[in-house]
Amino acid sequence: MNQPSLLSSLHPATEPDTLDSTDRAKIDASTRLPVLLFFGSAIFWLLLGSFLGLLSAWKMTNPWLLDSMGWLTFGRLRPAHLNAVAYGWAAPAAIGVGLWLTARLCRIPLLHSKLLVSAAIIWNLGILVGICGILIGDGRSIEWLEFPAYSTPILFVSYALIGIWTIIMFRFRKPGHIYVSQWYLFAAFLWFPWLYATANILLVWQPVQGPAQGAINWWYAHNVLGLWFTPIGLASAYYFIPKVIGRPIHSYYLSILGFWSLALFYSWNGLHHLIGGPFPAWLISASVVASLMMFIPVITTAINHHMTMQGHFEALKWSPTLRFTVFGAVAYTVVSLQGSSMAIPSLNTITHFTDYTIGHAHLGLYAFFTMMMFGAMYYIVPRLVGWEWPSASMIRWHFWLSAVGIILMVSALTLGGLLQGLALYDVKSTFRSSLEFATPFRYLRGVSGFVLMAGQIIFAILFIQMLLKLGTPKKGPALLGKPDDATV
Amino acid sequence: MNKLPLIFVGAFLTFLSAWIGLVAYPTLNLGDLQPLPDEETGGFLPPTTSGSAVAGQKVYASSGCVYCHSQQVRWSPLSTDIAKGLGARQTVARDYLREKVTYLGTMRTGPDLSNIGVRQPDANWHHQHLFEPQTITDWSIMPSYRYLYKTRKIVGQPSEDAVQGLRGPNAPKPGYEVVPTEDAKNLVAYLLSLKRNYKLPEAPEPTEP
Repeated sequence: MNQPSLLSSLHPATEPDTLDSTDRAKIDASTRLPVLLFFGSAIFWLLLGSFLGLLSAWKMTNPWLLDSMGWLTFGRLRPAHLNAVAYGWAAPAAIGVGLWLTARLCRIPLLHSKLLVSAAIIWNLGILVGICGILIGDGRSIEWLEFPAYSTPILFVSYALIGIWTIIMFRFRKPGHIYVSQWYLFAAFLWFPWLYATANILLVWQPVQGPAQGAINWWYAHNVLGLWFTPIGLASAYYFIPKVIGRPIHSYYLSILGFWSLALFYSWNGLHHLIGGPFPAWLISASVVASLMMFIPVITTAINHHMTMQGHFEALKWSPTLRFTVFGAVAYTVVSLQGSSMAIPSLNTITHFTDYTIGHAHLGLYAFFTMMMFGAMYYIVPRLVGWEWPSASMIRWHFWLSAVGIILMVSALTLGGLLQGLALYDVKSTFRSSLEFATPFRYLRGVSGFVLMAGQIIFAILFIQMLLKLGTPKKGPALLGKPDDATV
Repeated sequence: MNKLPLIFVGAFLTFLSAWIGLVAYPTLNLGDLQPLPDEETGGFLPPTTSGSAVAGQKVYASSGCVYCHSQQVRWSPLSTDIAKGLGARQTVARDYLREKVTYLGTMRTGPDLSNIGVRQPDANWHHQHLFEPQTITDWSIMPSYRYLYKTRKIVGQPSEDAVQGLRGPNAPKPGYEVVPTEDAKNLVAYLLSLKRNYKLPEAPEPTEP
């Protein structure tokens, strides 16, 4: 393949070069190394991060557990968990899926994959330094930005390489239609560096005065979910749902409405995390209004996906990709509507500061985003390694353990959080009762963590089998419903 | 939408609008908020804090206290924070001027700490509590911060710093004493400095709770 050099790709005078090969398999093959690197490392951090989460969960019910060592104290394990799963698992999974989708939708093989391979290695180095930093006590205790100041520049270098690569890919794409998934990908790859740079400069490197910090903190923390993970999750849904069932997206106009309303409203949501807090009332009101306006993109996207699926729900029985993706898409609708409702001040005053919020966060990052990424990986990995998933029953186990585990976790935290919140709100109730109401539900949450981890371990085993091409060669893909006579 | 510049400009402008509102505006407005002169004492409001308390903020961060304890009293009648005794008044932006990092918090797994220095002004109580929380409150789920303390043999006179009245399984045996590290002392100094009970014109105490 005759690739333009890195410098000529960036130089504005270079005319975009349209490459001959439109062969999909060739494009897929070109993404192999970087995408597998991102996926593999993501799965590693998913297991480690979940283990840290499980340990923190059990520490909440059993505070004596491993309590004599500073690096294992709850206040370090919890941020280590969050950062490992958010930046170690979710972000690289998102980048991997984003890269693969970008190459396919720009209809050109990956250009300059060395940029991406380096980016993957540097990113993981940054995560490793950051997690160790938190555990040895250098964490900043700024939620979602706990990584110490010495680890974030490493992540920036990595992201800069990815950003440069994205620009190149869009520049040299085959002319023609820009698919809805690409809108989301392009916007997400633009928004993330802006978000991360602003937050790190104003909160970590050159901190602004105390009173202003909370607003920036929650602008960042909400948008990293809403304008980075969410768009990539939706890009994935917009690609895989039509792809698997073989029909186009229901409505182009609903896609447009969904995209622009998300861009406008989501970006203003952040301060609903500070209702009643020490900030100008109009700022918080603006965020509350924007949160309620999120009904528009959410309902629009839900209708669009549902109408696309209409009449094809049978496919959920056999396609692993579709099953995970549709679970994720439904969870997206639920978590977004729940999120909007949590911004209503009279409800927020109960749920704020309780486990209810933790349940909401897991509904978003696990039931929606993580399931979406699993679905995408089930589609992408066989096309990269040239091997089919070795066991349909293991995929089934992975799905059901994940689904049952996350539903159990979210239900426990939601109910426990409500009781806890009512006790904290009620003037006649004591603080002790808020704790005692929550405790049985926290045990349930601890149990649900084991269920989720069991699913993840099965997935990790499947992934390793794929890399090593273990199992017997298959004629067709691993399907769930009809394992023997599958010829699709 | 087949034009990349259109998507770029739209994504840029929508994001910019929120960036101006939620980032630039607070930075410009709250970023140079000033303390008020305190006419009674000739000092400032909020009062300046000791070097030890400032150092304690770092220990607060590295121990992750913020993951269970908030530091904000919401206004009435939106919340019942004031009626529940978290503070005599709501907390406002100026209250956080002395904080290098504001630990507003998002969880109340443990009680709010906006006014912990008012509720528990005794340093020894805090040391006992941090060392083994369950010896103070048996139903507490707060973890022990024993790693911020040293148990050592008493040689000659007992140390002045030694924590008094420790009970429970990790209490020192006769002839031994528990002394706080610098980190523990700074952390307690910070906790004791958390007193948002001075009067600010923008945050009057509600007349009826």
